[in-house]
Amino acid sequence: MTTTTADLKKLYNKDRKKKILVIFSIFLALITTALISLSLGAASPRIGEAITVIFYKWFPFLHIDPPSSLAITIIWTIRLPRIVMALIAGAGLAAAGATMQGILRNPLVSSYVLGISSAAGFGAALAIVLGVSVAALSGYLVVGNAFIFCLLAMVIVYMIARVRGMSSESVILAGVAVGFLFSALISLIQYISPTSNAVQAIVFWLMGGLHTATWQNILLCFPLVAVAVILMVLQAWNINVMSMGEEVAVSLGVNSKRVLAINMVLETTVTAGIIAFTGIIGFVDLIAPHIARMFIGNDYRYLIPCSALMGAFMLLAADTVGRLIMMPTEIPVGIVTSLLGVPFFIYLLVRKRRRSFN
Amino acid sequence: MKLTVNNLSFSYANVSILKNIDLAVGLGELVSIVGPNGSGKSTLLKCINHILKTRQNSILIDGRDTSKFDIKELSKLMGYVPQTSISAFPFTVFDVVMMGRKPYIHWSIGERDNEIVAQMLEFLGIGHLAMRQFPELSGGEQQKVIIARALAQQSQFLLLDEPTSSLDIKHQLEILCILTGLTQSKERAVIVTMHDLNLASRFSDHMIMLKKGAIYARGKPEDVLTAQSIEDVYGIKADVSLSNSGKPIITPIVSNFNEFTSRISLFFEEKPKEIKHENT
Repeated sequence: MTTTTADLKKLYNKDRKKKILVIFSIFLALITTALISLSLGAASPRIGEAITVIFYKWFPFLHIDPPSSLAITIIWTIRLPRIVMALIAGAGLAAAGATMQGILRNPLVSSYVLGISSAAGFGAALAIVLGVSVAALSGYLVVGNAFIFCLLAMVIVYMIARVRGMSSESVILAGVAVGFLFSALISLIQYISPTSNAVQAIVFWLMGGLHTATWQNILLCFPLVAVAVILMVLQAWNINVMSMGEEVAVSLGVNSKRVLAINMVLETTVTAGIIAFTGIIGFVDLIAPHIARMFIGNDYRYLIPCSALMGAFMLLAADTVGRLIMMPTEIPVGIVTSLLGVPFFIYLLVRKRRRSFN
Repeated sequence: MKLTVNNLSFSYANVSILKNIDLAVGLGELVSIVGPNGSGKSTLLKCINHILKTRQNSILIDGRDTSKFDIKELSKLMGYVPQTSISAFPFTVFDVVMMGRKPYIHWSIGERDNEIVAQMLEFLGIGHLAMRQFPELSGGEQQKVIIARALAQQSQFLLLDEPTSSLDIKHQLEILCILTGLTQSKERAVIVTMHDLNLASRFSDHMIMLKKGAIYARGKPEDVLTAQSIEDVYGIKADVSLSNSGKPIITPIVSNFNEFTSRISLFFEEKPKEIKHENT
């Protein structure tokens, strides 16, 4: 039986290497999927051609012979922004979900439970109705409004929870309540909306989708998600310790209330920054972290990056399937994520070897 | 190094839990806190560790007010083992013990942290569990893991909240032998709350007995554990004899047993049974 100190250290280092290998494998799978997705669609430039376009655009100093202008249009202005947006959105949502589940010690936490999704929906609906009735629909009016209402929901949840001492239960209950409030307001807006166009636009927005992705949106989204995920990973030890309960966290020198507040701001901002552009994409932030847990365990130093990769993978795969399966009609990514993700997750849940939550 | 509790009072909302507690613990001592349920034992430990906020100058280390300490600095001086350990998401045993290094690490784990955790696992004889999931372990194993975590913290003062109350007799003795061993080198002090008066008697250097949030008695086990004090604090009669080593042995006298058996017929439709002892 291996029980000496030296053996134990070796065992731990081996475990660590295994985790890094798992993350690296998922990363490779992700890149491969992205390239395959890039070459699939109504008009299909081959993978080789797709890669040429990317190199031509990103590395002009290589002086590559320009590909056909049709290939450039399809790859560069239609498919690639959508794929990149799927990766960014999936990664950001899943990392935020993993972190919030850890901080609140609850495997059911997601942006739905915390009221963020409904708040974004209400913000967007309000902008759509006012935009349609007052002036021409401006894209950033909807985006800005959705983002602001997410932050508003967070402030309300925070203030309610603070009265009850910022316990994780109080944050979750306040989140659920605020979520229901905004859901009701969305229904109300749809009910009293003056035009059926507006109602349709609201329904479409609530389903979420990546078809609106542009390089401009990506330039706004990417820095936000990148910085937020790095900040989450830097806090990994705080989150680890908080999994053992608030008292233990304090006894190990972690100011748990402050960590909770910081992470509420961080996770809401990143989630809001994504769904303001894409519409409501649920499920990824709930499930991707759990799938990652099954692969890699619960040490948040590895779990957060692994969840981010898993979320990116799930969203990209779902969007690709949604794009292709009923051509030329597209199925919104939110629907596909659940339709494909749920059976896969149940399969993992039933056969899992590693207990990833209680 | 000396830990001093100085005229500590604590209340939840308007309910007073602790009243004017004074206590001094030096390195090398094993001090146990006994008292009935609700007498404030756990609350006292949590106040000492600043899990519950207290008034200034209530808890001092070498005369310095610990409420002015940075929470991280404090965690290098005091380790805490809660009554029950939860883990919302299961971690491996190695990871749980590594959490004890939290006050010393920022993000990446150093060779020294790795070494200390591995040593603590070996010291407590739980090395073979290192890669098991914490929630899958038995109560006794979990308790050892949490003690290993507190030891990995390398703090001078170790606070344990009823570490033996859910364990079998062998694990109870094992845990208390470990705690006694830790005080031998005079580099650590252990403060422990306990229900089992015989265990407390056998292993404590000093004891304090709490009654309704105030100290009723303090001193060596033989001074604290008397028939009189047990009747006053717990409301039961007990025989107190002395063991070979001069430590009190408490045998409760079940005098109101018959009162309960006769009451059974009032609440249940059955005749009170004659309960016979095997040896009578």
